Amino acid sequence: MAEWKARLRSALTSWDAVVLLAFILVAVIGALTIDGVASPRFWRFVTLEAIPIVLIALPLTLVVITGEIDLSVASMLGLTCVVLGQLWIWGVSSLPLLIGICLLLGGALGAVNGLFVTRFGLPSLAVTIGTLALYRGLAYVVLGDRAVADYPQSWTTGAIRPIPGTTIPWMILVVAGLAVAFGVVLYATPIGRGLYAMGNSAEAARFSGISVARTKFWLFVATGAMSALAGVFWTLRFASARADNGTGLELAIVAAVLLGGVSIFGGRGGLVGVIAAVALLVTLRNALQLAYVPANTLTIVTGSLLILSVVGPNVAGMLRERLRRRRARVGIADPTPTAAT
Amino acid sequence: MTALDTATAPAARTSAGSRLASRVFLIRELGILIALLLLIAGTALTNPRFLSAQSVKDLLLGSTILAVLAVGQTIVVITRNVDLSVGSVLGLSAFATGSLFLASPGLAIPIVLVVGLALGAACGAVNGALIAAARAPALVVTLGTLYVFRGIGYSWATGRQINAADMPVGFLRLGTETVLGVPVLTLFAAAVLVGAGYYLRSYRSGRELYAIGSDPAAARLSGIPVGKRVFAAFVASGALAGLAGVLYAARFGTLDANAGLGAELNVVAAVVVGGVAIFGGSGSVYGAVIGAVLLTTIGSALPVLGIDPFWQRAAVGALILAAIGLDRALALRVGRRLRGRSSHG
Repeated sequence: MAEWKARLRSALTSWDAVVLLAFILVAVIGALTIDGVASPRFWRFVTLEAIPIVLIALPLTLVVITGEIDLSVASMLGLTCVVLGQLWIWGVSSLPLLIGICLLLGGALGAVNGLFVTRFGLPSLAVTIGTLALYRGLAYVVLGDRAVADYPQSWTTGAIRPIPGTTIPWMILVVAGLAVAFGVVLYATPIGRGLYAMGNSAEAARFSGISVARTKFWLFVATGAMSALAGVFWTLRFASARADNGTGLELAIVAAVLLGGVSIFGGRGGLVGVIAAVALLVTLRNALQLAYVPANTLTIVTGSLLILSVVGPNVAGMLRERLRRRRARVGIADPTPTAAT
Repeated sequence: MTALDTATAPAARTSAGSRLASRVFLIRELGILIALLLLIAGTALTNPRFLSAQSVKDLLLGSTILAVLAVGQTIVVITRNVDLSVGSVLGLSAFATGSLFLASPGLAIPIVLVVGLALGAACGAVNGALIAAARAPALVVTLGTLYVFRGIGYSWATGRQINAADMPVGFLRLGTETVLGVPVLTLFAAAVLVGAGYYLRSYRSGRELYAIGSDPAAARLSGIPVGKRVFAAFVASGALAGLAGVLYAARFGTLDANAGLGAELNVVAAVVVGGVAIFGGSGSVYGAVIGAVLLTTIGSALPVLGIDPFWQRAAVGALILAAIGLDRALALRVGRRLRGRSSHG
């Protein structure tokens, strides 16, 4: 019972809870004060915007927990978009086949990242800055500055069709299913627990029998495949495949992952916080837009939140440490008189 | 085995080892230089006009801003940190330059340069304080300030644009004038490069930056003021980004809040291509600047070589991967040689 209480308390004071609470606060205050935030239409747009970000953030969270990073996600998304468009031009007209090819392509792109990182032992930050340029460049090679936009309407409306009776797009169910799958892997399997071990110390994880290289390799593959899925959704949602689709999205996604409480050094964080962070950022942006707050204010808010998320706990820890030391000093001074009496 | 033998053997070994290591890093910089020269020679053979005075001037001018940013980034990366906010600082400083001239058209150019440097240094000080004092990871902090500084720039500009007509002719001439065929702006970059190169190589605090990057904990134990040095590195990087902003204003004349958008990853790419290890401790500003020139040259060389310019980014990406792969191979080789020696010794 006491253990259960302690667990509840630690869950409530965790960073996950802080971010989740911030999201709920923004949603409630927004709905009460800003015209339109309470409308179903608003939440439809928030969901549409959040879907590709969550799709990529799910595997990226796991990657960052192992202490690696993947900056090439938005480029993989862009390359998938143009390959989808090019295949459509060439006459591939079966959507399941197209999706399958795109997922395979994404997996292959991720495998290249994984190979460089795990087989050749190169730092993932540098590798994925390289593939960020490479994949985006290949996207331009495939399609140049053209756009492919003549998809069947059944595809484009199908991608954003709402769940019957609501305004929420059905894709959210796919995202939710994937989130549960990633959550189960992370929280309830030895592989998932091993990711934290890797992030804390790859060496120790290796010695305790976790195949660090193989796990990381497959995480990069998963990140590629999920980025590709996000790319398919992106193409159909905007009914446009262009080489610059999703340019610059990588930093926004990394920001969401970090704001969600995942340590950039690995070993700490989880999916709940990250999903809450995506929801917070997207809702905040759309709500502020409705309130005619200029977009640049949001840029400043995003950046400040991110800084706060890393600086806040550190400063709090330092203050606590100082307080503890002062108390300890007082504590040491105390016993002397009692001993004398 | 005499006492003398045991005493001198390790010393001889380490000096041979460090000689080997320094030779390898020299090879690394020579390698990238040779790659650059080959690219230029190959392109010039295809079209001799690639080496015309105008074209060389364009190349130098094109690499100048990236080169200045790369010098600042190198100073930070050597300490095992990274500064992603440089593009935003550049944008802020460029817009500040324009606004200064708008407010008082007769302002002397050195004053504008100093203001740009100071503004950049102030931004760098914010980064440095958060990283050194609050011990927050540099990647996260500078990703945050990337947004904050850019957001401040947007709020300040509020969609306005400053045109070349608003700026004094003398200032804009900085962007076009040449001395012996070398653009004036490039001379600024050269001065920055030589200064930073000399400092990192010959000053005690410069060497300490390498020590911090190699092993921060060991550096702290050996009495190096790690926090102070890292703070200073970020101030330097910020100041150089500020300078780059002024140079940007002089070169392009037309300014809005978007100047330098997305520059951060290009800069890191240039630094990595130039052989600066992303996890600190090795590399030089010379390599980084050659990397910057190489990345810029690829962009202008591809069309001349008859290759679709859409290949440019892909080529840059492949180059980055090749560069870090090469670094890794060299490092492994040095490591094996050093180990081999010590096991024989």
